[in-house]
Amino acid sequence: MSYREAIRRAMLEEMRRDPNVVVFCEDARFWTMPTHGFVDEFGPDRVPIMPISEEGFTGAAIGAAMTGVRPIVDYTIANLMYVAWDQIVNHAAKNRYLFGGQASVPIVFRAAMKYANATAAQHSDRPYPQLMNVPGLKIVVPATPADALGLLKSAIRDDDPVVYFEPLLLWGSKGEVPDGEHLVPIGRAAVARAGRDVTVVAIGDAVPAALKAAAALADRGIEAEVLDPRTLVPLDRTAILESVARTGRLVVADPAHRTCGAAAEIAAVVAEEGFASLRAPIVRVVAPDVHPPFSPALERLMYPTPARIAAAAEALVTGAPSPKELVGP
Amino acid sequence: MNRQQELDAMRRMLRIRRFEEAAMDIVRKGQGIAGSVHLCIGQEATVVGSCLALRADDFMVGYHRSHGHPIAKGARLAPLMAELMGRSTGICRGKGGSMHLADFRVGSLGETAIVGAGIPQAAGAAYAARIRGTDQVALSFFGDGGANIGSFHEGLNLAAAWRLGVVFVCENNLYAMSTALSDTMAADSIAARAAAYRMPGVSVDGQDVAAVYEAAATAVDRARDGGGPTLIEARTYRYRDHAEYGGMDLGHRAIEELEQWRTRDPLDLLRARLLTGGVGAEVLDEMAAEVAEEVREAVRFARRSPLPEPAALFEDLWATPVEVSR
Ligand SMILES: Cc1ncc(C[n+]2csc(CCOP(=O)(O)OP(=O)(O)O)c2C)c(N)n1
Repeated sequence: MSYREAIRRAMLEEMRRDPNVVVFCEDARFWTMPTHGFVDEFGPDRVPIMPISEEGFTGAAIGAAMTGVRPIVDYTIANLMYVAWDQIVNHAAKNRYLFGGQASVPIVFRAAMKYANATAAQHSDRPYPQLMNVPGLKIVVPATPADALGLLKSAIRDDDPVVYFEPLLLWGSKGEVPDGEHLVPIGRAAVARAGRDVTVVAIGDAVPAALKAAAALADRGIEAEVLDPRTLVPLDRTAILESVARTGRLVVADPAHRTCGAAAEIAAVVAEEGFASLRAPIVRVVAPDVHPPFSPALERLMYPTPARIAAAAEALVTGAPSPKELVGP
Repeated sequence: MNRQQELDAMRRMLRIRRFEEAAMDIVRKGQGIAGSVHLCIGQEATVVGSCLALRADDFMVGYHRSHGHPIAKGARLAPLMAELMGRSTGICRGKGGSMHLADFRVGSLGETAIVGAGIPQAAGAAYAARIRGTDQVALSFFGDGGANIGSFHEGLNLAAAWRLGVVFVCENNLYAMSTALSDTMAADSIAARAAAYRMPGVSVDGQDVAAVYEAAATAVDRARDGGGPTLIEARTYRYRDHAEYGGMDLGHRAIEELEQWRTRDPLDLLRARLLTGGVGAEVLDEMAAEVAEEVREAVRFARRSPLPEPAALFEDLWATPVEVSR
């Protein structure tokens, strides 16, 4: 099953299971959308036709969620969430706390990240680090079809707002999905590949890149463990610390920006709580703090590639100086 | 409005006024309310007339001028006052304070301190009623300042396009903080904007609780029957400054303007109407005494309530527990 089909399956199964699940998505009927065909099955009340009104329909989703409905809000492009930032940050994330536990805001915000597709800066962001800074939101970034399905179903059933980030690069990727009811718990990391020499914590589409890197490293006698947190909030710190305790080395591969990013947080957790097990400095393989340019010749320099990840891991294991990361002027 | 409703309106308006006077007093004396409070004294008829048109199980979303809305919707005073004082018995357990009062038991879904942000949320509550197959209506309060922010237009457009059962009530008190409406809006009617969304737009005397009630009741009936949203603009006035932090400063408004509006005080107008209608003064005085005692008891309750324990800092962030990084 493809990642895209997994998203569709998760929504279909949950909408059939629970009549209170609804989908807010611009152009939901368009054939490219995972919601294609939903209006025919569920009717225009549960899949209403959306005006281009991100702030408005996000606010409406919050009002609906507080009064017993479970909306899935699809921003189609992660950058469009910024238009609804007030509703997400000031209301969805805060209402339960502000109102002393009276409110529940069970919404899934789906955000497809179109980076590495030559869509330039306004369509290429990976906004999860910004939202990791907001208490009250759960944040997931699945990397396989099985996790895409299982985490989306868990997110829809969760009583808290969950932001669900989909690297669009992965939409076409295929993988096994277990038969029957498949749920993946929010907050649990997965070992994508076991290894003893170095831990590579990889996020989103850096996971397949890290697996390729690990295969290349294995040819050179280095066994890399690839750990996929899957959930950034809550972060499975235990799994990360245990892996680093075994390997003594950490590379974090994350396609989002360096400063205050998910990789920075993971590095800080390990530096604070796992310092004793480190045999080498922590290395981040991340996007530099620059906007994604349009030209593919420039944009492809930005993100963690198998070669960048492998080079960083190999340098850690052999004690060679770390390869030069992308540097600004 | 029948007699019983008029008496009910009188009681709720009195509750708001006395509650806010008490809050103002506490703020000014520095006796236990931190931060600022935004008083709606002068606007009670708009708030109460609108809420009286709702059923107890209907929804209401307010805004930062915040105490009147839940009181008008039927909330008990003591947990509201305790919230203003940041007590653990507060309606929001001390997490929201003055600008974020909510009482879900009476359909008050909370006030927001972000101007206009509650407008689409009310539309969403009306949408949810449709999905859940109930005939509940949602009412959204906002100020004239709120009528200029994007979420006003998005919320009205969404509600109209989807024919949602929502009533939008603009409490037009002519000012947004220190800024006069006439300086920020070329048109002189907010109600007229309804035409752009193909919904009824009604302008009403916001000092006359019966007039507001009639307009709101018509809109609520329409909403409940599937007729879609209505925009009501109630012309009203706040007596106090934008917010109460300490003294009162009418720098941006003329005293004469205030005095002019005071001659049409909503509580006085309703009292006069009740007296002419044959209700004895002693009945109204007794009601006023009861309300005054209710407010005193709310203050006493708040004062003897404990402050939140430190552990409460981490409570109510999540529905399903997540460990918080400390
Ligand atoms: C989006 C936003 N911008 C600015 C503010 C600061 N602010 C708080 S209240 C207010 C005036 C609002 O005026 P109005 O909507 O007319 O309500 P009123 O206070 O008159 O009742 C402003 C500008 C805010 N809270 N939110």
